[in-house]
Amino acid sequence: MHIPVESYHLPNGLHVVFSEDHTAPIVAVNLWYHVGSANERLDRTGFAHLFEHMLFQGSANVEANEHFELVQRAGGTLNGSTWLDRTNYYETLPSHQLALALWLEADRMGRMLPAMTQQKLDTQRDVVKNERRWSVDNQPYGTWWERLPALAFPEEHPFNHSLIGSMEHLTDASLDDVADFFRTYYTPDNAVLTVAGDFDRAEAVRLIEEYYGPIPRGTARPPLRDMSVPPTLGNTRREVVPDAVALPRLFVACRTPVFGTDGYYAASLAAAVLGLRTGCRLEQSLVRRQRVASQASAFTYDLAKGSDLLVVDATAHPGVTVEQLEAAVLAELDAMATTGVTEDEVTRARALIETSFVMSMQSAAERADQLSRFATYFGDPTLINTQVARYQATSAADVSRLARERLGADNRVLLVFVPADEPPAETDMALAEATA
Amino acid sequence: MTAVPTDAFPPAPPRPGAGHPRPYRFPHFETRILSNGLRIMVANVPAFPVVTTLAVVEAGVTRDPRDFEGLAQLVTRGLSEGTRTMNALELTTRLEMLGTTLDTGADWDSAIVQLTALSSRVEDAMAVLAEVLRFPAFPEYELERLRAERRADLAQLRAEPRGLADVFFSRLLFERSSRFARLAGGDEQSIERLSRDEVVRYHDTFYRPDATALMLVGDIDVEQAVRIASAHFGDWSGKGPPVTEPPAAQRYLEPRVHLVHKDDAPQSEVRVGHVAIPRFHPDYFPVVVMNAILGGLFSSRLNLNLREQHAYTYGAHSAFDWRRAASPFEVSTAVETAVTADALREIVHEFTRIRETPVSEAELSLAVSYLVGVFPIRFETTAEVAGGMANVEIFRLPSNYFDTYRERVAAVTAADVLRVAQTHLDPARLQVVVVGNAEAIREPIAALGLGPITVYDPLDEDLADRVA
Repeated sequence: MHIPVESYHLPNGLHVVFSEDHTAPIVAVNLWYHVGSANERLDRTGFAHLFEHMLFQGSANVEANEHFELVQRAGGTLNGSTWLDRTNYYETLPSHQLALALWLEADRMGRMLPAMTQQKLDTQRDVVKNERRWSVDNQPYGTWWERLPALAFPEEHPFNHSLIGSMEHLTDASLDDVADFFRTYYTPDNAVLTVAGDFDRAEAVRLIEEYYGPIPRGTARPPLRDMSVPPTLGNTRREVVPDAVALPRLFVACRTPVFGTDGYYAASLAAAVLGLRTGCRLEQSLVRRQRVASQASAFTYDLAKGSDLLVVDATAHPGVTVEQLEAAVLAELDAMATTGVTEDEVTRARALIETSFVMSMQSAAERADQLSRFATYFGDPTLINTQVARYQATSAADVSRLARERLGADNRVLLVFVPADEPPAETDMALAEATA
Repeated sequence: MTAVPTDAFPPAPPRPGAGHPRPYRFPHFETRILSNGLRIMVANVPAFPVVTTLAVVEAGVTRDPRDFEGLAQLVTRGLSEGTRTMNALELTTRLEMLGTTLDTGADWDSAIVQLTALSSRVEDAMAVLAEVLRFPAFPEYELERLRAERRADLAQLRAEPRGLADVFFSRLLFERSSRFARLAGGDEQSIERLSRDEVVRYHDTFYRPDATALMLVGDIDVEQAVRIASAHFGDWSGKGPPVTEPPAAQRYLEPRVHLVHKDDAPQSEVRVGHVAIPRFHPDYFPVVVMNAILGGLFSSRLNLNLREQHAYTYGAHSAFDWRRAASPFEVSTAVETAVTADALREIVHEFTRIRETPVSEAELSLAVSYLVGVFPIRFETTAEVAGGMANVEIFRLPSNYFDTYRERVAAVTAADVLRVAQTHLDPARLQVVVVGNAEAIREPIAALGLGPITVYDPLDEDLADRVA
C-alpha cells in the first residue's frame, strides 16, 4: 500500500497537501490549525474548543450554521475537533463539490470576524457548558481526561489544564478574546490544507490560489511556553476520586517519548503488548486468568511535544476491591519493566497495528487527517508512507528497553476512581422477575 | 451590525457552484447459494489490500427464550472463547498473529461474526471464521467469566445516566410480554439461568447453514471467494427453525411521563417517543426524509431549536431504531436541569409542527440532497460495504435495494413527508422518560400536561412493572 502525496506552500505560508485517488467520486478536505488548548491563556481554559464552535457561526459571506447546511446540502459530512495542540476542520463530499468546501474554509480563514456577535458567543458558551455536563460531569469516570494530564504534567505546563475548560473560564470568554485568538492563530502560515480523493490537480491548484492566495500571512505568534519536561516523573503520584460509579476504575499514565521519535514506536508497541485487543497481557492476565478486572486496555496519547503519555486503564471485576485491582495492574507494569517483552508479543502487536492502519486508509477523510497531521508536526506529509516500516524496524529489544526506562515505579501517576456511596445491599439491586 | 472591529479583510471570491457529478454505483455483488442453503455474497472492491468477511446468522436477540434473556449475546461472545481444536488463548493468538480480530455480536434481528484481514491472509482468516461458527467449544470456565462481565456491565449501566435513560425508555415503551421490554443482554436474574447446556442448545438450533449468509468484500475475486467459502462451509449441515417475530405492542396507549430520580444529576437525560413502524414498510423512504428534517441532521428542526436557538443542549436528535418488528421512534437529548421542562415543551412543539404543515422546499431539498449525496461516503470501506449487504439480508430487502436507493429518496415530496408524519408519529401515545433530579423538574413538567407522572428509583427497575 502506497498513499500518493505531493505538497507545496503558498507565498502566505499555507501548506497545501494533495493525495489523488479516483476510486470513488469522493473528496476529503481537511484543515489543521496548529493551535489547541496548549496555546490558551491560563485564565481562559476551554477557549480553543469554544473557538472551534464559533468557527461554525458564520463568516463575512456565510450565515451562522450555513457552513453545516451547505456542506450537507452538497451531500457531504463535516465536523471539527479540538485537541491539546491542534484544531481540525474537515469535510467529505461528492467530488464535484470540492470548490464549495474550499471556498467555505477560505471564507472562515480570511473573513470570520465580521460575522461575530455577542449573542452568538453567549449561545455557544451555553452549548459548550452543556457539552461539558454531558461528556464530563454527568458521565461516570468522566473527569479522567482532565485529571490525568493534570497529574502527568507540571502546574502551568501547556498540557496540564483542561481541554473542555472550567465553567468559570467559559463564562469569562469575551468577543475580544475571539478576535485576538483568530488574528493570532487562524492564519494561513499556521495551517495545513489537505485535499484527498477524487479531484483534478490543476483545478484544485487554481481554486486554492484564488481562494487562499489573498489571505494575508499572520503577524508573529507568541512562542509556545517551554514544553520540555524530564523524561520521567521521578516517583509514583496517586489521586483518589470518589465518583458516582458502580465499579472502581484505575488509570495509570507514564511519560513516554513524543510522537514521531523512535522511542514513540517502541512505546506504542509496548502499549499494544500490554493492552491492545484480546491477546494482550492485561486482558489475558487481569481479565481472564486472575479475574480482577472486567476490562483493561492501554494506549498512547500520541502527543508530539514535551512528552507523550502511555495510559493503562482497568475497571474492577464485580466484588474486587480497588486495592486488589491496583496491585494487579502495577504488577503487570513491574513485570514488563523488569523482564521486557517477547518477540511473539511484538509480532502480534505489529500485525494488529498494520491491519488497523491499512483499514483506516480506506477512508479519504482519515487519509487527509493523517496527511495534515504529519505536515503539521513535521512539515513532511510523506511520512504517512513510512509508518508501517517504522513499526517493522522497532525490535522486541527496543520495546523491552522502553519498558525498562519508562514503565517503572519512578514514572507513574495513578488516578483511582472509587464509588462515592456505599453500594446498596444485594436485595435492593434485585429486579422483578421478568414474568412479573 | 458587527461587534468586532474588523481589519482590512481580503475581498471574497464569489461562492462557487457544483461541478459535474461523477456516476457512482454501490459495489456489484454476486450471490451464490450452496446446496446446504448457505448464501455467499461477494463484492470485489480491490482498492486496498484488505478483505472483510462477515457472517450474518438468524440468531438475534428476539430468539431468546422467555426468562433466558441474554442467551443470544452470550452465545456470540462465547464463539471467540475456543473451538474443538483451539482453546481461547490459542484462538486469539492465531487471529491476532494474522493481524485481525474477531468481532461478534447479536442485535435484535441477527447475530453477526466478522473480521477484516489483509487479503494475503484471507484463506487463513476464513478457516478460523468457519471453525468459530461451526465448532465452538463454549468452555464453562469462560462462560462463567462472561456472565460476570455482564454483571459488571449491568452495574455500570445503572450508574450511567445515558444508559439508564435508554433502559427505562425501552422497558416502559413496550408491553410487558415483549422481548423488547427487556434488556438485549439480559439482567441479573436471566444471566444466572444461562447454563452451558442452554448455550450449546441455542447454538445447535440456530447456527445453521440455511440460516446464515456470508459476505466477502474487498481485494478478492468472486470465484476465489466462492471456492474458499465452499471449502470451509460446504459440508456444514442442518436446518434452522422458522423465524417468528416477537410481539411489539406499546405498553401505555396514553401519553405518560416517567421520571427516574437522581438527585445529584447536573443534567437531565431525556427520551421521548413511541412504538412506530417496522423497517420493511412501504413508507420507509418518506419516513427517513421526514426524520432527517425533524431530528436527523445537524440542521434539523430539533437541533437548531434546542441547541442553536435556545442553547439548552449540546445536541438533540431523533431516530427510528429500525427492526424487523415495530421499531421505536425516539427523540434524545441531554439538557441542563433548570430548562428540562422548557426543552420538553420545544420537543413536543416540533413533534406537533411537523404533523400540521408541509415542510418547506428548502428543508426538503436539504434532506434529500444530503441523503442522496452522502450515499457513496457511507460505503468507503470494505466493512461498510459488507454491513450494507448484511442489512439487505437481515431486513430481506430486494437485491437491487442499493441501486434504487437514491432515486427512491429523491422521489419523496413535501406531501409525502406530511402524510407519513401524520400517519406514523402519534402524539396521543407519546412517552416521556427523564433521568434527572425529579424534585427539581417534576412541577415544571407537570405544568406541561404531558400525562400522568410516575417517579422511579434508578436501582429499582422493577417498579416499572408495578405501576398501574
